[in-house]
Amino acid sequence: MAAYVLKRLGYALLVGLGITFITFFVSQVIPIDPAVAALGENAREEQIREFRERYGLDKPLLVQYGLYLQRLFRLDLGRSLRTGRPVAEDLKEFFPATLELALSAFLVALLLGLPAGVWAALRQNRPPDLLVRLLALLLGSTPVFFLAILLLDLLHRRLGLLPGPGRLDPFLLPPPRVTGMVSLDALLAGDWAAFRDALAHLVLPAFVLGSASAALLARMVRAAMLEVLSQDYIRTVWAKGLSERQVVLRHALKNAALPVLTLLGGLLGGLLSGAVLTETIFSWPGLGRYVTQSATSLDFPAVMGVTLLVGVVYSLLNLLVDLLYALLDPRIRYA
Amino acid sequence: MPRLLRRFLRNPGAVLGLALLLVLLLVAALGPALVGDPLEQNIGERLRPPGPAHPLGTDQLGRDVLARVVHGARISLGVGFGVVLLASALGVAVGLLAGGLGGFWDNLLMRLTDVFFAFPSLILAMAIAAALGPNLTNTVLAVALVTWPIYARLVRAQVLALREREFVEAARALGAGQGRILLKHLLPNSLTPVLVQASYEVGSAILTAAGLSFIGFGAQPPTPEWGAMVAETRNYMAEAPWAATAPAVAILLTVLAFNLLGDGLRDALDPRGR
Repeated sequence: MAAYVLKRLGYALLVGLGITFITFFVSQVIPIDPAVAALGENAREEQIREFRERYGLDKPLLVQYGLYLQRLFRLDLGRSLRTGRPVAEDLKEFFPATLELALSAFLVALLLGLPAGVWAALRQNRPPDLLVRLLALLLGSTPVFFLAILLLDLLHRRLGLLPGPGRLDPFLLPPPRVTGMVSLDALLAGDWAAFRDALAHLVLPAFVLGSASAALLARMVRAAMLEVLSQDYIRTVWAKGLSERQVVLRHALKNAALPVLTLLGGLLGGLLSGAVLTETIFSWPGLGRYVTQSATSLDFPAVMGVTLLVGVVYSLLNLLVDLLYALLDPRIRYA
Repeated sequence: MPRLLRRFLRNPGAVLGLALLLVLLLVAALGPALVGDPLEQNIGERLRPPGPAHPLGTDQLGRDVLARVVHGARISLGVGFGVVLLASALGVAVGLLAGGLGGFWDNLLMRLTDVFFAFPSLILAMAIAAALGPNLTNTVLAVALVTWPIYARLVRAQVLALREREFVEAARALGAGQGRILLKHLLPNSLTPVLVQASYEVGSAILTAAGLSFIGFGAQPPTPEWGAMVAETRNYMAEAPWAATAPAVAILLTVLAFNLLGDGLRDALDPRGR
């Protein structure tokens, strides 16, 4: 096990290094001079020269990459050209909102996708199965931005059932910032009105962001369950006279969960970066909206900072899943 | 092959997908000649509901929504196929090299695909599109650059599995060189999963590209690209919902066609046949 963990950690480190290399490389090939971008078009010659010397822009590329890594170790991601603040500060401010949204969407995907997939597998080729497959196919093919617009129009504007864009009613006092996730902060502060409102604000964007993942998950769970349900040991369990509930919960689900588990890390990671469109439409003040605004104003330190953060979180999630998998399935450990 | 085809055609979903795709191809090929100018504005006719003169209504600038949707078919299919061709060419080459060469090169190339896999694809595509300038060509490049690793992994896995098979051994015994074995024997036999994946990926590329256009990093107005059209008309959902709904449904049907096709191909090729 220790050897496996070490090997897997080594891979994760390598991938992390690779990510930094690409963000550095992309920052190099963009046709924008960072000195001019930071100082403005009208900067004087010696100002630009001084800026380049200060940030090592006059050194060979490999040395610059070394300097870049050194700064990363001190969590120095440069300064955003748009907000004028250190990128790391911006990320700290905007990441919690994205995490809140992505985790909620993840929950939506699990709550919808898991039972739907199990149900479909148990009723293979009968109406429930066909319904789940049809819905999964449709949700998986719908452009998420249109789903957002449509649901906002229907459930918010026409029916008034759910609040519109934003995280909290502007007339409510936001809870003191602890985690940066408004719903959790409201809960911590014991502010029930704010908690209820924050949750209501989360429903639509979380559903919109999580719907495609729910569809994917339902398909995966269905396939995994079908695989397991056709095995001999399940037939034995049926023959023992156990109820469907017991067969599924006690025997089938455990083995069907393994192939699905590998998917979950990637799914959550995908939700973090997939939040871009959802956040833009729901005016959700997270990384997605931040990176869109930054890219629009060609603020590359900010864009690369977000890319790096999301990439690293994604790798960590996959690492976690792999380690969990090895813990649950001894065949991996000893292979 | 006829047996495969029979299996494929016995699957109603697959047939529906194929039919949808044929209709779309037809619309993309012939449609633009049959409908009006997608760019012509007529402010007096703005936000008209669907009717005889405008089967899908008009948008906020009085442009014919049907004409725009039909012209958009060519763009979206072009983007989808373009992305998949580029990405699969790159991915297949990398996978073939990694699987064929093995050892150090395999390790290096696979870690490279890991790195690209870890990248938030939409964000990287945004960054690339922003740096190179937002337009359709750069959208295709950007999306291809973030989707090739999937083909590399597929082909490598196939090559590793095939390398030890008898027919490859036979070729080697007959004196075929490494390059010949890779290209003549391993490549053609690795392409089946690539085909299935490619079908899904066309739909997924169309979705990503439409998303990029929607937030302003792809096709620019007034180009009749479906994602850009939804973005342009989204503020008129209340008074003219057809203007945003028509291009969105077009995206939905196109992506659906490729997903059905992918499912159909997978089931027809999978001997366990589910």
